[in-house]
Amino acid sequence: MTERPLSPHLSVYRMRRYTLLTSITNRATGLALSAGLVLLAYWLVAIASGPVAYRRASGVLSLGVLKVVYAILLATFSYHLFAGIRHLIWDTGRGIEREQAKRSSLLLALVSLVAFIGLAWWALHATGRAP
Amino acid sequence: MTNQPRRGEARQEPRSLRSPLARVLGQGSAKDGVHHWWLQRLTSVALVPLTVWFVVSLLSLPALDYATVTQWIRQLWTEVFLILLLLTGTWHSQLGVRVVVEDYVHGQGMKALSLALVTFFHVVVAVAGVLAILRVALGAP
Repeated sequence: MTERPLSPHLSVYRMRRYTLLTSITNRATGLALSAGLVLLAYWLVAIASGPVAYRRASGVLSLGVLKVVYAILLATFSYHLFAGIRHLIWDTGRGIEREQAKRSSLLLALVSLVAFIGLAWWALHATGRAP
Repeated sequence: MTNQPRRGEARQEPRSLRSPLARVLGQGSAKDGVHHWWLQRLTSVALVPLTVWFVVSLLSLPALDYATVTQWIRQLWTEVFLILLLLTGTWHSQLGVRVVVEDYVHGQGMKALSLALVTFFHVVVAVAGVLAILRVALGAP
C-alpha cells in the first residue's frame, strides 16, 4: 500500500476534557457490556440445562468476585444507556453546540450516577437474592 | 526530489497495466458506509426499552431459584423480549466492538483475526442464548 494521507488523528485536536472523557467512557462501558454477554449466555444455558446444572451454575454466579462484576455491569449499563440516548439526540441535530454539549455531559454524569445508585440499592435490597 | 518515489510506493505493483483511475475505482466506496451507522442507531433505539425491561424484570423477580426463573421465562412476553434482547444486543455489541478493533488493533493479520474472533464470539452468544431460551420455553428438561 502506498502511503496515503490520513485524516488528522487524535493528537491534533484540542480536546476539552469532557468531550474526550464522555466518548472514551462510552466505548469502555460498551466493551464491558459486551463482555457481560458471556455471563448472560452462561446463565441462560444453565437454566436450559435443568435444575441440577442450574444449582451448580448458581454457585458459580453468586461468587463474591462476580458480585463486583455485577456492580460494574450495573454502572456501565447506567452510563452506556444515557450516553447512547445522548448520541441519539445528537443524531437529530440537536444539542451539538459546545455549551449544550458541555451541559449535557454534566447531566449525563449526574443521571447515570443516580441511575446506578438506584439500581445498586435495588439489587442489594431485593428479597431472597443470591442466584 | 519530485521524481523520487514516495515511501512504500516501490512495493506496489511496479509494472501494473492498470491505470491510476482503474485502481482508484477498484478501491473506492463499497456503498455500504451508512449501513453500519444506521444499524447501530436502529439497534440502539430498540435496546433502550429492551435493556431497561430486562434489568427491571430481573430485579423484580422474588428470587432467582430454578422454579422462579423458569416460570418467568415461560411467559410468552418474556420469551419474546428475551430473544429480541439477545439478537439486538449481540448485533449492537458486534458493531461496536468491531469499530474498536478496527481503530486500535494494528497489522492486517491481527486485525483480521480479531474481527473473526469478535464475530464468532457474538454468533456463539446469540445462538446459545436463543436456543437456551427456546428450550426452557418449550419445556425441555
